Amino acid sequence: MIYDVVIIGAGVTGSAVARELSRYSDLNVCVIEKGEDVCSGTSKANSAIIHAGFDAAEGSLMAKLNVEGNEMMDDLARDLDIPFKRNGSLVVCIHKEELDGLKDLYNRGIANGVKDLKILSKEELLEMEPNLSDNVEGALYAPTGGIVCPFILNIAMAENANVNGVDFFFNTEVQTLKRDENNVWHLRTNNGEYKTKYVINAAGVYADKFHNMVADKKIHITPRRGDYCLLDHEMGDFVSHTIFPQPTKLGKGVLVSPTVHGNLIVGPTAIDIEDKEATATTAAGIGDLMAKAGMHVKNLPIGRKVITSFAGLRAHEDNHEFIINWVDEAPGFFDCAGIESPGLTSSPAIGRMVGRMFREKLGLKEKSDWVGTRKGIVETKNLSIEERNELIKKNPAYGTIVCRCESITEGEILDAIHRPLGARSLDGVKRRVRAGMGRCQAGFCSPRTMEIINRELGIPMEEITKSGGKSNIVLERTKGGED
Amino acid sequence: MLKYDIVIIGGGPAGLAAAVSARKSGTEKILILERDHELGGILNQCIHNGFGLHTFKEELTGPEYAYRFMQQVFDEKIEYKLNTMVMDISAERVVTAMNREDGMFQIEAGAVILAMGCRERPRGALNIPGYRPAGIFSAGTAQRLVNIEGYMPGREVVILGSGDIGLIMARRMTLEGAKVKVVAELMPYSGGLKRNIVQCLDDFGIPLKLSHTVVDIEGKEHLSAVTIAEVGSDGKPIAGTEERYTCDTLLLSCGLIPENELSRGTGVKMNPVTSGPVVNESLETSIPGVFACGNVLHVHDLVDFVSQEAALAGENASAFVKNGCKDISDEKGIEIKAVEGARYTVPSTVNTERMGELLTVRFRVGAVFQDSYVSVYFDDERVMHIKKKIMAPGEMEQVILKKSALQEYAGIKTITVKIEKD
Repeated sequence: MIYDVVIIGAGVTGSAVARELSRYSDLNVCVIEKGEDVCSGTSKANSAIIHAGFDAAEGSLMAKLNVEGNEMMDDLARDLDIPFKRNGSLVVCIHKEELDGLKDLYNRGIANGVKDLKILSKEELLEMEPNLSDNVEGALYAPTGGIVCPFILNIAMAENANVNGVDFFFNTEVQTLKRDENNVWHLRTNNGEYKTKYVINAAGVYADKFHNMVADKKIHITPRRGDYCLLDHEMGDFVSHTIFPQPTKLGKGVLVSPTVHGNLIVGPTAIDIEDKEATATTAAGIGDLMAKAGMHVKNLPIGRKVITSFAGLRAHEDNHEFIINWVDEAPGFFDCAGIESPGLTSSPAIGRMVGRMFREKLGLKEKSDWVGTRKGIVETKNLSIEERNELIKKNPAYGTIVCRCESITEGEILDAIHRPLGARSLDGVKRRVRAGMGRCQAGFCSPRTMEIINRELGIPMEEITKSGGKSNIVLERTKGGED
Repeated sequence: MLKYDIVIIGGGPAGLAAAVSARKSGTEKILILERDHELGGILNQCIHNGFGLHTFKEELTGPEYAYRFMQQVFDEKIEYKLNTMVMDISAERVVTAMNREDGMFQIEAGAVILAMGCRERPRGALNIPGYRPAGIFSAGTAQRLVNIEGYMPGREVVILGSGDIGLIMARRMTLEGAKVKVVAELMPYSGGLKRNIVQCLDDFGIPLKLSHTVVDIEGKEHLSAVTIAEVGSDGKPIAGTEERYTCDTLLLSCGLIPENELSRGTGVKMNPVTSGPVVNESLETSIPGVFACGNVLHVHDLVDFVSQEAALAGENASAFVKNGCKDISDEKGIEIKAVEGARYTVPSTVNTERMGELLTVRFRVGAVFQDSYVSVYFDDERVMHIKKKIMAPGEMEQVILKKSALQEYAGIKTITVKIEKD
């Protein structure tokens, strides 16, 4: 079969594009992902911020899509049941000489179309955020800034695309691609060949690799590593807004922010590297983070309250701009490249933009039966006793807690496994329902989650992975173990 | 709403011993709430022997030790609910719990005994840099996989931390045919019992490297190697001392944390040193009628001491109920202070009227002390001076206070426990 569109990459960009394309009738779309799940690369390891849009250069595509994506987020979060909160962002100055920079940022934000921006005095600021450093001089306040669950944003868009007919193929890595004389693209993968009329390159840090396979006008993407620390729930209300320092040419700096799930996130660093797989944190990176995190807030007990640290790679294109367009030299090939921060925020707007461009070029018609909404996995910890009991009566699995730290029931894990594009690994479960995301970091629940995956999906214990590939949890039976 | 005289949170060694003791003290309506599918707690996966030397004068395995107490719970017909998670305990002692059969339900408790045990410090909290592949386990998780589930995590093992579970797992993995290459310990002394170092490492030729830590983790999908390095007196790795070990498994045994999320929700006052509740001589927390014992109170070295402590909590909870659940907390408690080498004491206050004839005060030291003395002062007067050949942070210490001695010193304000060279 020949697909109409193959999207390379099931990250937040590929999934947003897939969802938008799923609106159209007579369009066969699939997503090819080298990871074992959606949200396996850059989309899973970032600040989880819905940026207001004052950072990107005036007139840039990045600025336009950031502001649009931000504006779309309320409706999207409602339609797809995504945890999202407009907690507001603050860019905080600790030196008087930085105040001019704040004004520049304010003006840029106004030019970009960011609403309700305001410059705050020291007094106003400290009233809003008592845990800020005593040295603060002022801040830019953006009430439209927000926080989101990046996993669910990605997963929800992919699930919704899948429900509307988009195929997803995992553990499938595109090795080569070329166009034949009939303008059909042939994508060779480790799982056979895929044929398609159009290719959308949403490959994150690898987008340059695929672009450069088909185009002479090369692009270059640098993996820019960001180290993060995630702090315990106890620290979740340390600040209520997202606290940024003044941006530099390497990015928006080390932020301190609550997460939608009540943790505190600190990061990222910005270290340009070559290896597109090098998501290892380094002692220097974490050290740098700890030093910088304390500058704008006071007495942050980062060392004692960290529950995990991780690193993500931004897909930094040399011109620091989103590349979202047809590739003239390669008819039928479309780039979504250089999607770094504010990529998460922009993703719904990127999807919409790509959808429009395809509709115009291909003359697409909307389906009459497209379903634009999704019901998320019920979060039992937010339910009343009566609501819980109603649920437990229907399905007793909602009465068994599997993850103590995050208070996740077996019912929630079963839903994560059995819904469209369900979880097949421990990390897949974790990203959907947070089992293993808490302070014990899966020490208690991982053997239990493995048993559930084993029972429900029939995957032998030895073949259950943390996150696909060779990430098997156990090796073999013990000498005396039963078969 | 259900009503019980005493609700015990946790059916491990502490909860079981507390239940038996409360029943023997005459309390009828007792309920144990256990989140696992069987009683016994972590002892069920501790299949090695060495338990019960103090309590039963014989060496039992963990499950055998647990069963001695379970048998008493069965004989006494004490009620318990399995697979039941306690979600909340209010300061008014209303316990909210949940399971598949009963749904979410509430119990009005005359007294509550906290016996939730502890959990292991995970990798994330240790800030070890590197990748985050499969193959990294806390030692207790690996112990569960091997001893309960019957699966081997891997074949080539490095262990970080010399806590008792790590030492036990070094031997266990070796007996299962794995190669344990090294145990690295950040501190200049072991965190575990001396006997475990001898029986689990020395006897199998497994090297223990003190003042060493893991500085890199390799393997994007599955662990392939770790690098360890020596640390200086500042705790920072010393450049040039790195040694790389290929391995598929890294076990972490870097400390236990009392599991007090419920206690914090109830609002009991916590001791930042132990991460457990602050308790008086009755093992009662700052909230009247809420008692604590076992590893949720402070991490123990031997289960025998857990059982002793839990028995005291059970007795006192029973007395509280018999007394009509009246709040008799008062300001009469004498403060017990730990200084100079002693890190903390449990309990941290003592009321001479309410204490028994003897009161065991348990504590741990903060470093290794050789040929030193444990001294107890009543205000400024030294009343005890006990010579110890060796004291180490991995082993619990104790002093026993006599009611008669305290009554002689009526009016004292502070009892101080300290370690002295002479």
